[in-house]
Amino acid sequence: MSTISREEVAHLARLARLEVTDDELDAFAGQLDVILESMKTLGEVDTDGVQPTSHAVPLVNVFREDRPQPSLPRDAVLAGGPDTAEDRFRVPRILDEEA
Amino acid sequence: MSDRIIDKYAVELAADIREGRLSAVEVTTAFLDRIAAVDGTVKAFLHVDREGALATAAEVDAARAAGEELGPLAGVPIAVKDVVVTKGLPTTAASKILEGWIPPYDATIVERLKAAKMPILGKTNLDEFAMGSSTEYSAYQQTANPWDTGRIPGGSGGGSAAAVAAKMAPLAIGTDTGGSIRQPGAVTGTFGGKPTYGSNSRYGLIAFSSSLDTPGPVSRTAVDGALLHEVISGHDPRDSTSIDAPVPPVFEAARLGARGDLSGVKLGVVKEFAEGTDAAEPGVVAAYEAGVEQLVKLGAEIIEVSCPSFTYALPTYYLIAPSEASSNLARYDGVRYGLRTGDDGERGLEEVMSLTREAGFGPEVKRRIILGTYALSAGYVDAFYGKAQKVRTLIKQDFEKAFEQVDALISPTTPFTAFKFGERTGDPYQMYLADLYTIPSNLYGGPGVSVPVGLSEGMPVGLQVMGPVMGDDITYRVAAALETTQEPLLADTAPDIHANVRFTSFSEGGK
Amino acid sequence: MTKLNTYEAALAAYEPVLGLETHIELDTATKMFCGCATTFGAEPNAQVCPVCLALPGALPVANKAAVEATMKIGLALNCRIAEWTRFARKNYFYPDMPKNFQTSQYEEPLCEDGYVDVVVDGESYRVEIERVHLEEDTGKTLHVGGATGRIHGATESLVDYNRAGIPLVEIVTKPVPGTGALAPEVARAYATELRDIVRSLGVSDVRMEQGSMRCDVNVSLNRPGDEWGTRTETKNVNSLRSVERAVRYEIRRQSALLDSGDKILQETRHFHETTGETSPGRSKEEATDYRYFPEPDLAVMEPSKEWVEALRASLPEPPRKRRERLQADWGLGDKEMQSVVNADAVELIEATIAAGAGASGAVKWWLGELSRRANETGAELGALAITPAQVAELQGMVEDGRLNDKLARQVIDGVLAGEGGPAEVAAARGLEVVSDTGALEAAVDEAIAANPAVAEKIRGGKHAAAGALIGAVMKATKGQADAGTVRQIILDKLS
Ligand SMILES: [Mg+2]
Ligand SMILES: [Zn+2]
Repeated sequence: MSTISREEVAHLARLARLEVTDDELDAFAGQLDVILESMKTLGEVDTDGVQPTSHAVPLVNVFREDRPQPSLPRDAVLAGGPDTAEDRFRVPRILDEEA
Repeated sequence: MSDRIIDKYAVELAADIREGRLSAVEVTTAFLDRIAAVDGTVKAFLHVDREGALATAAEVDAARAAGEELGPLAGVPIAVKDVVVTKGLPTTAASKILEGWIPPYDATIVERLKAAKMPILGKTNLDEFAMGSSTEYSAYQQTANPWDTGRIPGGSGGGSAAAVAAKMAPLAIGTDTGGSIRQPGAVTGTFGGKPTYGSNSRYGLIAFSSSLDTPGPVSRTAVDGALLHEVISGHDPRDSTSIDAPVPPVFEAARLGARGDLSGVKLGVVKEFAEGTDAAEPGVVAAYEAGVEQLVKLGAEIIEVSCPSFTYALPTYYLIAPSEASSNLARYDGVRYGLRTGDDGERGLEEVMSLTREAGFGPEVKRRIILGTYALSAGYVDAFYGKAQKVRTLIKQDFEKAFEQVDALISPTTPFTAFKFGERTGDPYQMYLADLYTIPSNLYGGPGVSVPVGLSEGMPVGLQVMGPVMGDDITYRVAAALETTQEPLLADTAPDIHANVRFTSFSEGGK
Repeated sequence: MTKLNTYEAALAAYEPVLGLETHIELDTATKMFCGCATTFGAEPNAQVCPVCLALPGALPVANKAAVEATMKIGLALNCRIAEWTRFARKNYFYPDMPKNFQTSQYEEPLCEDGYVDVVVDGESYRVEIERVHLEEDTGKTLHVGGATGRIHGATESLVDYNRAGIPLVEIVTKPVPGTGALAPEVARAYATELRDIVRSLGVSDVRMEQGSMRCDVNVSLNRPGDEWGTRTETKNVNSLRSVERAVRYEIRRQSALLDSGDKILQETRHFHETTGETSPGRSKEEATDYRYFPEPDLAVMEPSKEWVEALRASLPEPPRKRRERLQADWGLGDKEMQSVVNADAVELIEATIAAGAGASGAVKWWLGELSRRANETGAELGALAITPAQVAELQGMVEDGRLNDKLARQVIDGVLAGEGGPAEVAAARGLEVVSDTGALEAAVDEAIAANPAVAEKIRGGKHAAAGALIGAVMKATKGQADAGTVRQIILDKLS
């Protein structure tokens, strides 16, 4: 049983902003299949009434006080940017508004 | 021991510096020279900071001359896995997408190394974003196993392990998400410790899987590892998952273990590990079993325990880690830092982002991003990520039940020894099996160390000791005790890489 | 051209269902997950750090003050505070969001199930609150090359991350049916009440024009007895007045579509302040898949009973109670107080009184002349360039006889034009009541001489006729005389 199609991989790649080649689509579809098959074994496990675990020690109410700390120097902020203008990060035109 | 500086252990170097037998500059220079001599072959380093390391060493010498008291590892040089952020030093996570990025800040553990006055020799190679078990997925270079340069050094922290195995550094920092400290340790004949999750700050550790990533020490002995462990560990208010509790006394435990007595210590062997269809290679099993016999001779009691949910550890891991990774790696979009490609003035942002990520990420990273995106996408999050988190609970319960009977669990660290380059890259699932025995501790969050136990067909085999959450000390004690049964120490028997003059991977002061 | 029904026709055939989603920026000193300052108007990218720039390796730590502020809002909105709650990642790519996921809350919001009662036309409506949750704001994007900074037609965009990571509280109502023709007013009254409640808590300056409070307005229509219709979500609604206008417009637009048998698209629409219209935004063709999952970098929150109760005890008097108290203090009738509330003048009047004015004077200026000015320019009353202290000063000058009402209005002109405070404007423009009786007597004499017939009538006891002479004197003195004084001089001279 094939769990993941080429088209589905293409859709996921779009969601993840990955421009994948046709060869990659084929390769990934095949490889993901194997991995997903293994993951499906989890379906066998009875987890009714089991609470999820996310961390070794469950920490609660970890906060910081509302006291300002120095920000980065602006040069350091902008230094990493592939393209900056007017002290801002320049990006190509945004085609479709998403948010 | 030997007179060569590079053969000495970190504790010896620290004492020599403290007591004036060696200067920190001499020590650091020795390791820098060693890197220059052999890293052309091993290719463990992505970047070497000769100037910075020597400057720190000089500070140590000046401090000593001024009569200041030196910390436990002052002047002892260290290599840092290139997934840990270092201010002013290139940090790439072995990915093209971060090529040329110079971080404006230090990871907390790097701050601690600096506070401890440990010269940072440079940044070591890894599988891109720590995703892999052979370091073959580095976007920059293939690191060789010093025991056989035609074989992988393990991964993802193959660079750190190979650097220590080849004596280019007495200590290194690794990070362990599914075994990336322990597995390279096992296949390079070095010691590697994964501390309890949350006992070491992740701030400044480039995230792969947030709920699993743990930085830890790489060394040749458990005692050295324990010293480094104590330098970097402890609560960090900048990491919300950092545990605010005293660091387990691992150094003391390692010294106790080094007395060679394990009387009264109960060690559990996991029934299901031995039974799995993917069980370890015969040579690995033989070396491991010989190690178990040694532990018995030291006074340990061996008890078989059952951890039925461990069977599901691998698929659980391959749901959680890629899911978190797909989100953690979304930030590499070519807007604020790193690579940008395809911005020709015509293309829109979405396309430029996609082209950038296509060009910047290697195949394993893409595979995991797509896998994680799938696992989190509409309708699947409960069936996959949510389910995996519940199975995690079952695995944790297995550990907790076992620790009612035993002090620690032991197993081979990996099912197979270092394989040849290219042997498993074509089949991701075969690669994933390398972490079969190490993953349960990551899912549980407890500590695990790998200590060399023997050889299989001339290649090192590691024994893993897994402890309860915040019970890191027992893992060091058992590892240090096992080391006392080796004369010479297995970690010291790696074939010496002969100095040669290839400087291909060597760069100074910036790439 | 979009087809529109008249509002009356729309309401005759359909029942509207409202829903409001409001984002409020908290005014904590630091951002939600890092220690960067939140000072408004800083230089671009001057308030960013590894965390809010999403540099590799950086990790978030939640701001306790923001969590408390959110719980206070929840409590003031009669919500239940969760005993166990956590953050979640909302994954989508957008350049103003550094991590390409927003740290928000999903299935476990901090506060749930509250309500707000609002009164419109003497009728009380209960707006039920579904959830109040905590998240982070995005950076600001400047669109370059297109017309008037809009995204459409822009050739590139420039991003400033100062705002990225500022704590944002999202307040979502349950659907509000049953408001009938008053839907627009109920929507506005809810937004107003919400703003007043949040402002009274002192956790945000809730200024819609500055974007620290932003409303998305959902509207659907259905025929009586039918199921609820498909809703649209209108964004970019930047004032209380616009909340009302947006609802009204959507009712008119949707009803026209439904009349002609068309379907309503579930879509995001944008409100245009200048025209009062809405236009379609992103279509939901490719529904966004946010891939929510629990944020592994943050600890869960378990607000203790003691913590919640301490916060509850710290809540100030609710705005509604406070209004009732002020109405009594100021001696206003229900209608008058309602006008004050509608004009959004409660705080302004209170501050004016605090600055020394009497209640009636303060009410008079804000509800009268200043409301008229605000209406003329379409501005919010509070956005006028005059402070409560200046209004109190102005009223003081009137009470001292230094200004009359007409002069006072001219002084307001000057203050609004930025010429300074009332005293400065009066001095600079020479707007003072003429109190030099010599000059006034001369002007009266002139008026009597010019109007002998009127003077005769007054002499004959018809004091009411004095008005004509007063008018003449005022004209001669360009209004700078005090009418009472002039009247007295006239009567003294002619009796
Ligand atoms: Mg929101
Ligand atoms: Zn910040």
